Amino acid sequence: MTAEAVLDLSHPPSKPFRETLARLLGHRSFVIGGFLVLIVLIIALTADLIAPFDPLRNAARVRLRAPDSVYWFGTDHFGRDILSRVIHGARISLIIGGATVLMTGLFGTLIGAVAGFFRPLDNPIMRLMDALMAFPAILLALTVAAVLGASVVNVIIALSIATAPHTARIVRASVLVIRELEFVEAARALGASEARILLRHVLVNALGPLIVRLTYVFAIAILAEAALSFIGVGPPPPAPSFGNIIANGRDFMVVAPWITIFPGLAIIVTVLGLNLLGDGLRDVLDPRMKV
Amino acid sequence: MLGFLTRRLAGAFLVLLLVSVLSFGIIWLVPGDPAAVFLDAGATPDQVERLRRELGLDKPLAMQVVEWYSRILKGDLGRSILLSRGVTEAIIERLPVTLSLAGISLVLSVVAGVAAGMVAATKHGQPVDQAVMAGALFGLSIPEFWLGLVLIVVFAVQLGVLPTGGFVPPTESITGWIRSITLPAIALAVVHMGFIARMTRAALLEVLSQDFIRTADSKGLTRLHILLRHGLPNALIPILTVTGIVAGSLLGGTVIIEQVFSIPGVGRLIIGAILSRDFPVIQGGLLFVALVYLTINLLVDICYAIVDPRVRLE
Repeated sequence: MTAEAVLDLSHPPSKPFRETLARLLGHRSFVIGGFLVLIVLIIALTADLIAPFDPLRNAARVRLRAPDSVYWFGTDHFGRDILSRVIHGARISLIIGGATVLMTGLFGTLIGAVAGFFRPLDNPIMRLMDALMAFPAILLALTVAAVLGASVVNVIIALSIATAPHTARIVRASVLVIRELEFVEAARALGASEARILLRHVLVNALGPLIVRLTYVFAIAILAEAALSFIGVGPPPPAPSFGNIIANGRDFMVVAPWITIFPGLAIIVTVLGLNLLGDGLRDVLDPRMKV
Repeated sequence: MLGFLTRRLAGAFLVLLLVSVLSFGIIWLVPGDPAAVFLDAGATPDQVERLRRELGLDKPLAMQVVEWYSRILKGDLGRSILLSRGVTEAIIERLPVTLSLAGISLVLSVVAGVAAGMVAATKHGQPVDQAVMAGALFGLSIPEFWLGLVLIVVFAVQLGVLPTGGFVPPTESITGWIRSITLPAIALAVVHMGFIARMTRAALLEVLSQDFIRTADSKGLTRLHILLRHGLPNALIPILTVTGIVAGSLLGGTVIIEQVFSIPGVGRLIIGAILSRDFPVIQGGLLFVALVYLTINLLVDICYAIVDPRVRLE
């Protein structure tokens, strides 16, 4: 959706949404990635129905059982079924990833739009974003999560603080280009307020790069949640997030590697799906960034 | 060039100023009294009060900030509550460990990533390209710490060819050092290799589609010559950018990987401090890591200016 397309009045009104969707569905990465993400999403939504056991149920009789026909992914040292824990883990990890995407999308857009549109605020805001980006994202998230205290909400806050600055930078870059285009001038000449111009004309046209970035933020959040849980500042146990299951299995890596292997594979499938989805979206929505 | 340097340094200084406020300010995020949080519920009010005074939390906020700045300008990052020693010394002591790990991973990921990206770009659209890109994307999707655990089980436990963790300084034994750093360096490098491979391929494809490449081709130069003398130098800027990003990301990665492999580096120091709420080490460690990151980026920008004269004039 480029500015030229918006300005082009010589053709009959097109259906941009339908056209974009058609191009996305013809893109291999998007389709494969979408398929993987859809599967993980369905598993997360139906966790209560499809998990064979209660993910928190202790059963001393079946401790550290290797994968078999009953316990497909084996059991951990409490006799908890790893498959059920991974299925429920998908739910927690997707909730954390999704909430991070929402928060980062909201604040990143707000900060980036204000910086790009109201020029006197640009420098102070972006220098602050530069300062936040000077900390490695994972270290920043770890510190904030630990200082606030381990909980799902605090993990989401920590991940959002770590991912929002880069998102703000991307939104600002689009806004800077779009605000100089003729249709913005036209809207201003017609007497539209600055707020209306920003919301209805500028931001709408900056959506492409934002959506692409947020898809990658989702992937980053899933990976970071796992790392935070592994260190011990993620969602408090016994909640079965992907990272918690791996952290749990660490002490049994030698005798029961399946506790660690399977949630790791679940992370890879989820993140791979999101990355493929992001690549597809980028090629179609934001061709300048084509890799 | 001088004008560029001055502007760039001034910008970096401003950001560093903000970074130092943020590093110090992390303590304001603590719900409640940081001294009480460190000591847990069992502490007497007396003990809490003493620690508050030691941390300078009894003074007004403005005073705390002034003291923090006067200290860090002298290179003093404060005293660790837990280790009861200077934060600066503790970091300096562990720095060579972290730098050697991050450095080797950086070299590994740049060499392998650029090579893979070049192969993919020259075989654009062919099965080799698709295989390399699929591999790169797969690498990007693996959690580093999980890969570390898997490597330990396979190479240290099952095959028994490498140690499960720990660190041997190169001054003690070169082979011991290489053996201790191989698995963590690989675990760290895989993700970044994928990232660099993707960026190198994109940058090269862009350059290889330009007219001067066609001219070189019609002059009858060999493909290898064109790639190395005309293609790669012109793709250097994006590759440099990515290397800067990767260097920063490796700093973050070492924090986690040091924990997996029990490597006594700066990352492990900071994690220990985070888990025990040792605030002076958290504040000092954050500031130090950010300083390293900003320095790397400054160096990358200066490299740009050397490689591409247009950058100096912007």
